[in-house]
Amino acid sequence: MPPVSLSPPIVRGAPFRVMPGFGLSLGFTVFYLSLIVLIPLSAVFFKTFTMTWEAFWHAVTSERVVASYKLSFGASLIAAFINVIFGGIVAWVLVRYKFPGKRFVDALVDLPFALPTAVAGITLTALYSQNGWIGRYLEPLGLKIAFTPLGVVVALTFIGLPFVVRTVQPVLEEAERELEEAAASLGASSWQIFARVVFPTIMPAMLTGFALAFARATGEYGSVIFIAGNMPMVSEITPLFIITKLEQYDYAGATAIAVVMLLASFAMLLMINLLQAWTRSRSGGGRKK
Amino acid sequence: MSAVLVDPAAAVPLKAAVKQVRRGELPTNSNVFEPAWVRISLIVVALLFLTLFLFVPLVAVFAEAFKKGWQAYLAAITDPDAVSAIKLTLIAAVIAVPLNLVFGIAASWAIAKFEFRGKSVLLTLIDLPFSVSPVISGLIYVLLFGAQGWFGPWLQQHDIKILFAVPGIVLATVFITFPFVARELIPLMQSQGTEEEEAALVLGASGWNTFRRVTLPNIKWGLLYGVILCNARAMGEFGAVSVVSGHIRGETNTMPLQVEILYNEYNFAAAFAIASLLALLALVTLAIKSFIEWRLHQSQNGDDSIQERIIVEHSA
Repeated sequence: MPPVSLSPPIVRGAPFRVMPGFGLSLGFTVFYLSLIVLIPLSAVFFKTFTMTWEAFWHAVTSERVVASYKLSFGASLIAAFINVIFGGIVAWVLVRYKFPGKRFVDALVDLPFALPTAVAGITLTALYSQNGWIGRYLEPLGLKIAFTPLGVVVALTFIGLPFVVRTVQPVLEEAERELEEAAASLGASSWQIFARVVFPTIMPAMLTGFALAFARATGEYGSVIFIAGNMPMVSEITPLFIITKLEQYDYAGATAIAVVMLLASFAMLLMINLLQAWTRSRSGGGRKK
Repeated sequence: MSAVLVDPAAAVPLKAAVKQVRRGELPTNSNVFEPAWVRISLIVVALLFLTLFLFVPLVAVFAEAFKKGWQAYLAAITDPDAVSAIKLTLIAAVIAVPLNLVFGIAASWAIAKFEFRGKSVLLTLIDLPFSVSPVISGLIYVLLFGAQGWFGPWLQQHDIKILFAVPGIVLATVFITFPFVARELIPLMQSQGTEEEEAALVLGASGWNTFRRVTLPNIKWGLLYGVILCNARAMGEFGAVSVVSGHIRGETNTMPLQVEILYNEYNFAAAFAIASLLALLALVTLAIKSFIEWRLHQSQNGDDSIQERIIVEHSA
């Protein structure tokens, strides 16, 4: 064993190799990452490069696929919006109030993460079809949800629900209550306290939650296809259209649409990273990495 | 943006008041300012929303599954096709989870214990599978191993089947669940630093022993957390697996695919019977998850960011 001093010199940034296994662990990480993720994912782009620009453009702008973008992105936006409002309320209630069964409710919020999407899909369809538990009460009102674009919104709301709650919750928990108390003692009404003290604190987290729910919803497949009805031009989401293309052995067409969706999700990933950095800086920087 | 809070005119008295509140000089009415009716209606709205979107669907899975009674339920889940779907689901999870577990440990060791260039790029790349639509995750394997794919002709010559066979399903599952364990361990190990390991090494422990006796006990709950989430996703994945499976009954159907097939054949009771098994898996996952969160909350203060991490890892 080499001689060591009792207080090991820890110099930040300097090469410091008491810890073993750097080469092995990093080497394996990069190897496995390349094998499982990077090389397979690059196939999408290589496949696209074999297409002419005209063929690519034609594939990603056909009438039917544009209708599917509108549905996928539109329904995802509406669902994320519903989730921001209700998810915000749920987070608030879970952090600030006491009520019976709170722990159970808190655990249940993660259900959409844990429940397989196909199960969510058939269940929501059963509930909202015309003789389902919920659908039967909406039918007389002339409101059809299953097998219409509204069904897509319902499924995407279910899928995105935990994102807003779980992003806003920790920020609310760490919010400085003294600020609110101080505002109250200075005579602010409860609405003023919310609008001028609480809301600015949780706003970045709500935006992050919105973006996460939206990003997840645009790519969602399993929970949507059962309830959507999948009518071309009306209730066909983009991921389903990719599958349709694949079933017709139009691999190039499927891949072209996949590239559009990938680029959209990379853009959203970038935005989410920026939003999260902003959330961290806004919530006082007291949070650990 | 920040102008809302620190409106210059208001900032000074507010800051002063905060100080007074901290010193206990200002009378404050404990912890809630909103009137009771606001509080009660917010709770009611939240609970109604959660009931409608979470609780009712959860109950409905089991209600639909048992609609035709126990006998039909048992018949549905012991049907040979169902049993083979359950087996295939287990096989996929048994391969995917350990692979991604080993990767997760290696990645978090390299990222949390060492400084190197390109670390943030590596972190982003590890998260990639979360931001890719499941359908695209399946598509990439079609492009690689399909008849027109990169390796398609070679595989055909050597009579190896990957696509529309079990290996394809396993690969898609590995891809989909790739980041789970790593996402869980990296922040945890980063927050723990390297001091304990250094101490063990300085005292003469071997690298492997240091990992086994020092690091592993420190990360065991986070590890378990990652593993159960990884497992839940591996067993429940639908979109990616659907693309590569080929839907051959009794051969390449996992449980979620079997649910789809039965449902499309209007065999609702059987579809929901298998769905109820998956829902049960989800409930067990949530229960273990809550237990671990409770343990972490009890045993250490440093882990308040665990909720945050769950979010990131589910952003598909």
